[in-house]
Amino acid sequence: MDPLALTLIELGAVVFCLGLLARLAGRIGMSPIPLYLVGGLFFGAGGLVKLEGMHEFAHLSSEIGVILLLLMLGLEYTAAELVTGLRRSWKAGVLDLVLNFIPGAGLAVLLGWGLVGAMVMGGVTYISSSGIAAKVITDLGRIGNRETPVVLSILVFEDLAMAVYLPILTATLAGVSFLVGLQTVGISLAVVTVVLVVALRHGHHVSKAVHSENSEVFLLNLLGAALLVAGLAAAMQVSAAVGAFMLGIAISGATAHSATRILEPLRDLFAAIFFVVFGLNTDPSSIPPVLGWALMLAVLTAATKMITGIWAAKRAGIALPGRFRAGAALIARGEFSIVIAGLAVASGVVPHDLAALATAYVLIMAIMGPLAARYVEPAVKMLRRRPAKPRPAARPI
Amino acid sequence: MNVDETDLPGLGRRKDFMTASGRRIGVVEYREGQTELIVSTWDDPDTCQASIPLTAEEAAALGNLLGGQRLAMQLSEEHREIPGIVTRQFSIGGDSPFHNQPMGKACIRTRSGVSIVAIMREGEVVPSPGPDVVLHPGDLLVAVGTQQGLDTAADILRNG
Repeated sequence: MDPLALTLIELGAVVFCLGLLARLAGRIGMSPIPLYLVGGLFFGAGGLVKLEGMHEFAHLSSEIGVILLLLMLGLEYTAAELVTGLRRSWKAGVLDLVLNFIPGAGLAVLLGWGLVGAMVMGGVTYISSSGIAAKVITDLGRIGNRETPVVLSILVFEDLAMAVYLPILTATLAGVSFLVGLQTVGISLAVVTVVLVVALRHGHHVSKAVHSENSEVFLLNLLGAALLVAGLAAAMQVSAAVGAFMLGIAISGATAHSATRILEPLRDLFAAIFFVVFGLNTDPSSIPPVLGWALMLAVLTAATKMITGIWAAKRAGIALPGRFRAGAALIARGEFSIVIAGLAVASGVVPHDLAALATAYVLIMAIMGPLAARYVEPAVKMLRRRPAKPRPAARPI
Repeated sequence: MNVDETDLPGLGRRKDFMTASGRRIGVVEYREGQTELIVSTWDDPDTCQASIPLTAEEAAALGNLLGGQRLAMQLSEEHREIPGIVTRQFSIGGDSPFHNQPMGKACIRTRSGVSIVAIMREGEVVPSPGPDVVLHPGDLLVAVGTQQGLDTAADILRNG
């Protein structure tokens, strides 16, 4: 067959299947990410159908997917929100980092994946899925709840932590010497600070440079700027994803809101391809051997996120049910865990089992997170009601 | 009255307070401009029983209803000494012939003897409005007059 025809047919079939999976996910009220991953596992390396024709396009698309995911992560919070978030919730943020980085890193060391593996797996278990968390909070009508700002400020802190973590990760993966690594990290930290200061003081200039009333012009400006910055960052040995993330932070105010709206469909498409490609490159037969570890890690890191949320909510003066709701909202891991694992796999210095473990782990957490968030409240109420006498029916209204 | 304001990073801002009956009530203002009315459950003030999305017009109307009630009560209290004088509120609907028109065009005082003492608009009071104040849909007019005069005024505002 004509190679172009083959590519189009394969790509069309995959995107169409993704549409069906996303619809199924919406029907049963779960995040589509685990289904995309399973879809990717089903095809590709070791799967039922080998897709050769779309390889080149899929590879580039998944890179763009990562760039868009991080650009949108940067757009999500304004520089002012990041700075106040850092000031107000750094204690909860540090606890979150310590409690949730260690299980992943520890397991990697235990499995003999060395420092690089520990760095990667720590990141995978640390970062909550802000996408799933935000969706769960909205779907369950918890935006007006008192614990919600606590959850959001932890997500804000994680957002900032990514800006520091990703350059360190890329330096570690590149296997540079300690001094060069330190230099890269130093440069990235300086860039983060400069971007934050610029965004705070002169954010409107950056926004003005890309903004346009015409949505077509705006989209092209944004995408062009994102790819340019990402490419330049990659050329300077800082990860492309970090560049896009920084651009996202620098764009602020009303421009950021309209940018989010305009980029969402593109992000959905390219991120879906990214998840599928990640699944494609993972051999399904490598998953069962690591499934036990993944389950253990899932239980452990669900508990550590729970502790983080409970501690942070307690400090904010929130009652028992709210504390558990805060903890459960943080459990889901998703897109950024896969982004981290994807960067590691692309560098080729981590064992293949790591991709399998990360896939299995995210599959479990992306499904378990929303379920935990939904059912934690009835569970807490049931446990509390049993010993105590039923309340007097002094119910106003 | 102490209203708490809390930032919701990435979403907007929450403004709420605790009522005397122990429930939390307030609004969530989204960055995109929508408003949501939130009411906590009776047993756990941290959680929300309802979050009701309101359009800008609905929010203004609700603000007027709540604020206007208080203003009307104060006025009735002040007029209690004078028999035959009643306070009543009229809301301007989109179908009123006088919406987006200066109030003087309705000639309410000339035709019914009723005085419009205040207009509640978007939660704020316009006291002693002059004849050139333009009426908007959602405005709440606080009127003082006789029972009969108020009936006439209501008819004027509805049918012109």
